[in-house]
Amino acid sequence: MDPIIILQAGVTSGTVLLFATLGEIFAERSGILNLGVEGMMLIGAMSAFSVAVYTGNPWLGLLVAMLVAGLLSQVHAFISIALQADQVVSGLSLTFVGTGISLVFGEGLSKAGTISLLPNFSFPLLSQIPILGEIFFTQQSILVYLGYLLTPLAWYYINHTRPGLHLRAVGEYPAAADALGINVFQLRYFYVFIGGMFAGLAGATISLAISPGWFSELTTAGQGWIAVGLVIFAQWDPFRAMFGAYAFGALRRLILDIQGPTLLLGMANPFYYNPYLGFFLQMLPYAFTVIVLILGSREAMKKRLGAPAALGNPYVRGERGK
Amino acid sequence: MAEISASQPRQAKYKLIVEPRLETPPGWFPAAVSLGAVVLALFLGGIVIALVGGNPFATYAHIAGASFGSLGVLSDTLVKATPILFTALACSIAFRMKLWNIGAEGQFIMGAFGASVIVLAPVLPPETSPWIFIPMMILAGIVFGALWGFIPGFLKARFNVNEIISSLMLNYIAISWINFWIFGVWSEGGFQMSAKFPEAARLPRLLDMAQTLPMMRGLTTHLGLVFGVVAAIGLWFIIYRSRWGYEIRLIGDNAQAANYAGISITKNVIWAMMLSGALAGLGGMAEITGVVHRLQTSPIAAGYGFTGIIVAWLAKLNPIAAVLVSVLFGALLLAGREIQPSGIPKMIQGIILVCLIASDFLLRYRIRVVKTGEEA
Repeated sequence: MDPIIILQAGVTSGTVLLFATLGEIFAERSGILNLGVEGMMLIGAMSAFSVAVYTGNPWLGLLVAMLVAGLLSQVHAFISIALQADQVVSGLSLTFVGTGISLVFGEGLSKAGTISLLPNFSFPLLSQIPILGEIFFTQQSILVYLGYLLTPLAWYYINHTRPGLHLRAVGEYPAAADALGINVFQLRYFYVFIGGMFAGLAGATISLAISPGWFSELTTAGQGWIAVGLVIFAQWDPFRAMFGAYAFGALRRLILDIQGPTLLLGMANPFYYNPYLGFFLQMLPYAFTVIVLILGSREAMKKRLGAPAALGNPYVRGERGK
Repeated sequence: MAEISASQPRQAKYKLIVEPRLETPPGWFPAAVSLGAVVLALFLGGIVIALVGGNPFATYAHIAGASFGSLGVLSDTLVKATPILFTALACSIAFRMKLWNIGAEGQFIMGAFGASVIVLAPVLPPETSPWIFIPMMILAGIVFGALWGFIPGFLKARFNVNEIISSLMLNYIAISWINFWIFGVWSEGGFQMSAKFPEAARLPRLLDMAQTLPMMRGLTTHLGLVFGVVAAIGLWFIIYRSRWGYEIRLIGDNAQAANYAGISITKNVIWAMMLSGALAGLGGMAEITGVVHRLQTSPIAAGYGFTGIIVAWLAKLNPIAAVLVSVLFGALLLAGREIQPSGIPKMIQGIILVCLIASDFLLRYRIRVVKTGEEA
């Protein structure tokens, strides 16, 4: 029950959510709601682990995971951009397909052997900072550091670059973007692909670094859906996504640790003496997602912020007002 | 006319024209397109099966034989179809309002829990007459299912919380909830299941009639199927023949217009979610009293809620069509238990849904091949 250890582990496991959430932010900012995150993460986790097992190279696994999940995302992109179908149902179907294909190809993978993991290391100098250094820079996976790098980059890209401006334009007012000569269709395909690659990276982060292995659907256990919820909480902002993701990661670790000690806040720990109460602890991440959604929606209503205006609407040239 | 997609030259002399349909296609057309989508999905699924070293033809032949081959397996297919039918009905009513209830799984689980409370709490002693037991369990299943549907409905209506995610999160919470009771409170001898329900708390099955009708021997189809068909017919009347159904369809087609017409969207969101949850909850009750006969996680939380989404969509949200489609998916699930790798039925379901959504395009647009030069 050491708070520093809980926060440190929170950053580690929150990195999975961070990647998935960042990817979904890109897709949604372009106006495409992709509910297939869970499926893309699973296929990423499965392909990363199997490539790592059979080639012995986790880096190759990481790369393949991102490509495979990116490719899968294009099914959703095609259906929602070219065929203008309902993005909710299409995204759901992507989760089903991604889950199904991962289960088929992942059959027997859980016993396939061990892999060499992606490296952990302490960051020189920064790890010497009291408390913060211990939490963020001591014996973290290289992918955690990648998260520190990608979050500000994503923020800067979306808010302060010309392509980022185009991205936002396509998601807010595609007709105007189109009139300015921005290729709405092409950009949407591209950012859905980016979203898929991030989801694949998130999946690979689980199976290659955070909790290595392949445990069928339990590998992700709904984290893809939590990521979709976090996007709303984050108000489509990468830094808020980072905060939310790490907080969820810390919660997951807290749930594990709180069952250990015999004394809790000076009283007999009910979770230690009655382990079945642990099932209520297991509900917490999901209950928190709902709470976080309520908070996010209230704030959006108050500040009149909200989703990208064209989110979920197919863009059809010549139709009014979208 | 708005041309929506860049024309593509197929050969040098021909090109593909995509244009919106102005006329309504004939009645058989949507069904034919859906059938085509399913065939395409089975073909794509076959490719994947071949890729992992299976024989797609043998797999499909096995599915057909193992689910419709004899009276016995047909009965088993109907048993599998029953829970799917309930969750598909639950999804149909919600989806009709463009209310994306992905939580039929959790509502189904809570319905099963509600029915269990009657036996295990116990609310009624085991020697109670089935004429009291079964109605009480139906009521409890409906109430718990509706409660689990109310939560996302209320959050949507009151706080504008995305119902997709909230209903999905409630699925996970429902699983933990019943696990707590199964592992901790109602565990039988430390096993991860409750005690068996008394005879009076089980739905009658066809095999119960085997003494008078020998051909019924071994047939496990239970009364839940009748509940499901009755619910489907009732739901059809609600959606297509009642004032409330009209409001629901109007909100689904154009929420803004419905609002201008004075229809309360918040009230309808909550009621529709509760009806949706009640249907799924009744399904959970039917499954636990008709098949499982005890509270146990894996046979109850078996993904019926998700299959229901696909069935509802394939049935074009029509409750009567959902009866037929759920029998087909019952067959897939039943036969799928023996197929290796075990993920294949799930994968085929997913591919079917993808193909279905893609095929809807053909209902809205017409694709023609024309000679270049004729088209100005």
